[in-house]
Amino acid sequence: MKEFNIIICGVGGQGIILTSEILAIAGMESGFDVKKSEVHGMSQRGGSVVSHIRIGEKIYSPLIEKGKCDFLLSLEKAETLRWVHYLKKDEPVIIVNDIEILPPLVSLGLDQYPERIEENLKNITKNLYIIPALKIAEEIGEPRSANILLLGFLSKFLPFEEKIWEEAIKKNIPQNLIYVNLEAFKKGKNLIL
Amino acid sequence: MKLLLSGNEALARGAWEAGLKVACAYPGTPSTEILENLAKYPEIDAEWSPNEKVAFEVAFGAAIAGARSIVSMKHVGLNVAADPFFSSAYTGVKGGFVIVTCDDPGMHSSQNEQDNRRYAKFAKVPLIEPSDAQEAHDFVKIAFEISEEFEIPVLFRMTTRISHTKGVVKVGEREEVPLKNYSKNIQQFVVLPAHAKIRHSILEEKLLKLKRFSSETFLNRIEKGKNEVGIVTSGISYNYAKEVFPDAWILKLGMPFPFPEELFKEFIKNVKKVIVVEENEPFIEEEIKILGYNVEGKKYIPLCDELSPEIVRKSLKNEELPHPEPLKSVRRPPQLCPGCPHTGVFYTLSKLKAVVTGDIGCYTLGALPPHNAMDTCICMGASIGNAFGFEKALGKKFSKRLVAVIGDSTFIHSGITGLIDIAYNKGSVTVIILDNRTTAMTGHQNHPGTGITAKGEKTKEINLAELARACGIEEVYEINPYDLKNTLKTIKNAMESEKPAVVISKAPCALLKEARERFKREKKRKVIEEKCLGEKCKACIRLGCPAISMVNGKAFISSLLCVGCGLCSEVCPVEAIE
Repeated sequence: MKEFNIIICGVGGQGIILTSEILAIAGMESGFDVKKSEVHGMSQRGGSVVSHIRIGEKIYSPLIEKGKCDFLLSLEKAETLRWVHYLKKDEPVIIVNDIEILPPLVSLGLDQYPERIEENLKNITKNLYIIPALKIAEEIGEPRSANILLLGFLSKFLPFEEKIWEEAIKKNIPQNLIYVNLEAFKKGKNLIL
Repeated sequence: MKLLLSGNEALARGAWEAGLKVACAYPGTPSTEILENLAKYPEIDAEWSPNEKVAFEVAFGAAIAGARSIVSMKHVGLNVAADPFFSSAYTGVKGGFVIVTCDDPGMHSSQNEQDNRRYAKFAKVPLIEPSDAQEAHDFVKIAFEISEEFEIPVLFRMTTRISHTKGVVKVGEREEVPLKNYSKNIQQFVVLPAHAKIRHSILEEKLLKLKRFSSETFLNRIEKGKNEVGIVTSGISYNYAKEVFPDAWILKLGMPFPFPEELFKEFIKNVKKVIVVEENEPFIEEEIKILGYNVEGKKYIPLCDELSPEIVRKSLKNEELPHPEPLKSVRRPPQLCPGCPHTGVFYTLSKLKAVVTGDIGCYTLGALPPHNAMDTCICMGASIGNAFGFEKALGKKFSKRLVAVIGDSTFIHSGITGLIDIAYNKGSVTVIILDNRTTAMTGHQNHPGTGITAKGEKTKEINLAELARACGIEEVYEINPYDLKNTLKTIKNAMESEKPAVVISKAPCALLKEARERFKREKKRKVIEEKCLGEKCKACIRLGCPAISMVNGKAFISSLLCVGCGLCSEVCPVEAIE
């Protein structure tokens, strides 16, 4: 039985929880067992945030075991590095939003933003997709739809029907933003890299 | 019907289905969403209480009076409510009474990782532990039934990974449960020593009956396996055990206390060796060892921090799945939000080099760079007592450098008595109440200072300035923390005064609608690069605003993050931010 283990990571406030919610609902509506785990509270306030989503026939652990993650979807470049050791060894997929968010510690000179991110990630897998999601989302008029665009790209790898994705998006996005997000999803899905 | 629900949402749904009438809580991660969800049901009287002790007493009172009631809190909340908790075991209840404790192994949002399973044994009440959202939904119904059948409160233990994991949950509909008839019985409900003596014996008898029940209930079950090693486990650890040992014999405990001795005896007939897989304390392991059996658990599995499948695998199989090497990222601790009203206060305290006793809330982040403006943070409400202790130890002169900072909700929770102590015992400490009009860190819950109830209805709004005066504080100031000049002047004066003072920094949390509406009228700030003094200045960087960073040697303000609070314009010495 095929199982899908997905980590979505990024910086608090980027919409990680919402993105993983849509993914989990799409999994459930496709007839799978689903578990989605993240931590609220202190971890939000601009800090590093991660969500584990597991989709399969029967899921026990809400946490993905190190070495079992199939897909790493990262909304910020440096955050990708924090979770790579959760990936499976054998051809995992890494999808990265091509933006850098500098934590204040860097500006204060107390830490350094990592260099050669792309190179390091390439050493892990040939399935590395760095996507200028914010730029494309701005082009369609709603920068906040970048997450959904990336989710659209991820959807290429998952066996859920288009209609189920659409419903999951509609259920979780405010009425006035549904249309633009559906468009972002399609853009992501049809993106050729 | 199937829904994707978190453990907390599922628990709330299950309690509603079980005919719950009264629900009380004080917010605390990871427990908060339980009451938030219960408050949505019109059939349930749900309240945010001033603290966990009051929450406990109200829900307990309702249960004495015959209603099904629930009180929910984070693990350390049960310390606050421990006094009535212990008495409730002696008196027992009429209506079903469930006490939900949400523990936080790994301390994602807590000051310790106390394992409240020990509280069940300590207070002598049955313990129920679900392993996922479906069980949270199903087991809470059983908890009410057990509570009524044995006339005893039930401790229902969740952990962060149960509370905040969403899973597929099959839900049902509500069944009304009639009130139990209340009749006065002082031998039961007035815990005079003479009465309590009798109640203690009765409680011990109940526990014996519950011990037999524990071996019979479906909450505890044996899962057949193939190996010679058997695993005893409960809660979230069950899932990790299943993940790593899919073929093992498992004794799965949904009700670990009182321990199901007979069922355990049945279980060990099938295996040669028993391993206990549990997070944090060796609670189950000790229960088994007391019975005289030689089992292992903490010998292999770490006691500190939360468990994970890889920790269970490494501990018990000494192996790990192949995975890429970890890569070094950048440190990204949580921080105060752009436009946060606490920023101005901590910027000021940092400038004054004040000794700051802190408290529990978003503002605990004031301890971190760049403010570094906190010396202690112990528990809810401790800031005020701690400051007074500093003064007693180091003298009145030192006290002029000293402030306690405490949030509005935390002040109401357990700061008021500390303030009374300062006035009563002739202290001179300055207390800053960071009144951001909400319980922010747990996700914006109302409290007695906001004038809105858990149900969203208008109510009496407590006046903090008047309250401080009534406690005996003569010097009470209200400030706008976005006005840095006045903030500095007021705090400085208050600290230098011989008398105790309260400074109320009053401005809504930047994420509240009221603040967002106000910010909308402000312009987002921009750096005029030619004017910016760059690396040698960094005055704006020292605000700790997430929107401001140094890019190519000059300050840069992210237009995505800036809300337009204007603090950076105030601190810039050369008017380079407009």
